[in-house]
Amino acid sequence: MYQTTYHRASSVDEAASLFGKSSEAKFLAGGQTLLPVMKQRLAGPSDVIDLGKIKDMIGVEASGDTLTIKAATPHYDVATSDTAKKAIPALAYLASLIGDPAVRYRGTIGGSIANNDPAADYPAALLALDATVKTNKRSIAAGDFFKGLFTTALEDGEIITAVSFPVPAKAGYAKMRHPASRFALTAVFVAQTKSGEIRVAATGASQSGVMRVGAIEAALKANWSPSALDSISIPASGLLADIHGTAEYRANLVKVMAQRAVAAAG
Amino acid sequence: MSTVKLTVNGKAVAVDVEDRTLLVHVLRDHLNLTGTHVGCDTSQCGACVVHMDGRAVKSCTMLAGQADGANVTTIEGIAKGDELHPMQAAFRDNHGLQCGYCTPGMIMSAIDIVQRHGGQLDEATVRQELEGNICRCTGYHNIVKAVLDAAGRMKVSQAAE
Ligand SMILES: Cc1cc2nc3c(=O)[nH]c(=O)nc-3n(C[C@H](O)[C@H](O)[C@H](O)COP(=O)(O)OP(=O)(O)OC[C@H]3O[C@@H](n4cnc5c(N)ncnc54)[C@H](O)[C@@H]3O)c2cc1C
Ligand code: FES
Ligand code: FES
Repeated sequence: MYQTTYHRASSVDEAASLFGKSSEAKFLAGGQTLLPVMKQRLAGPSDVIDLGKIKDMIGVEASGDTLTIKAATPHYDVATSDTAKKAIPALAYLASLIGDPAVRYRGTIGGSIANNDPAADYPAALLALDATVKTNKRSIAAGDFFKGLFTTALEDGEIITAVSFPVPAKAGYAKMRHPASRFALTAVFVAQTKSGEIRVAATGASQSGVMRVGAIEAALKANWSPSALDSISIPASGLLADIHGTAEYRANLVKVMAQRAVAAAG
Repeated sequence: MSTVKLTVNGKAVAVDVEDRTLLVHVLRDHLNLTGTHVGCDTSQCGACVVHMDGRAVKSCTMLAGQADGANVTTIEGIAKGDELHPMQAAFRDNHGLQCGYCTPGMIMSAIDIVQRHGGQLDEATVRQELEGNICRCTGYHNIVKAVLDAAGRMKVSQAAE
């Protein structure tokens, strides 16, 4: 790892001001992505600003029809939160499938969506649930936040403080885990909003990161059941292909994971 | 350089280290606690797992500064004098190790698993929960047996306390 200077911020404002004062700073939350990257010398920030101990950035809260997860809340705390399990069980379930237990103790929702790995879990939930990303500057709709592989709408120095999810009528998640990395080979989040809108998002599938799947949304709108997707076929163009699976395999997984997610949502 | 203060295995320590120093290197190189291993250095194998404030974390994937002020327990800190921790005893009795490289991390993860699941552990859960710990020798079978055995022993020893 290259030399760096470590700072522990005690508030969002302090973190933002530390960022402004350093030449090439990076925020550090759980470190489960940034530290491996720094160890490989693929990143060499002059300063790392730790957000992990900012009290206002940790916690899960529900009020009315909204579930809010603060940005530095570890995956384990979301997976085991009674509030999250009651409001959106599919979201707590999703958090329980990320990586392994040690990764879940440290990794955070803010770090996961800021990184926007094309095979990460949370982006699918944000997009399907039409969540809002709160930062220290503004609110960004999930649909505007994810901008392709490892790219988001975040500006330099902008800090995600929380994500708020409208509580849906029904939601389900199904993931085909890569047996070694644990990331999604393909995973699908399905949601039926309280106003009856159907939103479906797939991760691990597209070359441009998390995506909505219009054909599945239309079929589920007509008939909310796994069998409604039996005759659907997802085009393989634009999907990821690597040694772990062809684009055609992933196209089929999008459909099969969507069917399982609908079955899980009930 | 920064001074990092920790409580390690019940003892308060302070070390002066470069900010880029990982927790595992503080433990191994500065405190001579070489029971915690580095297997992969890419956050995948779990040989470096220690407990920080009661949670099993990969010490190769934490800066020392992130652990400042924390309570850390390593494999050296779990036995009571000459009496092995029930998880250590179960690994020995069930032949849960061969070369032993993965064992400290396995044991620290396994204790965390038992603490989280209590009496509700079954084989499938143990296998699922050990997914962050890689063993190149045993084929996992005896490790899983050891964890299930220890889960029973830990319940008994808790009840006795
Ligand atoms: C072995 C292993 C397996 C994994 N498996 C999975 C998996 O199955 N599914 C999955 O989704 N993920 C997986 N991950 C990734 C994991 O979920 C990470 O926790 C996550 O991607 C990053 O979160 P973090 O808190 O660790 O962020 P960090 O590593 O601390 O930061 C990541 C990036 O986000 C930025 N950042 C962090 N917080 C904020 C914030 N609040 N505002 C603005 N920018 C911020 C940082 O500057 C950095 O660029 C795995 C990781 C490992 C090591
Ligand atoms: S050495 Fe830390 S996970 Fe392998
Ligand atoms: S006993 Fe050798 S790696 Fe597990």
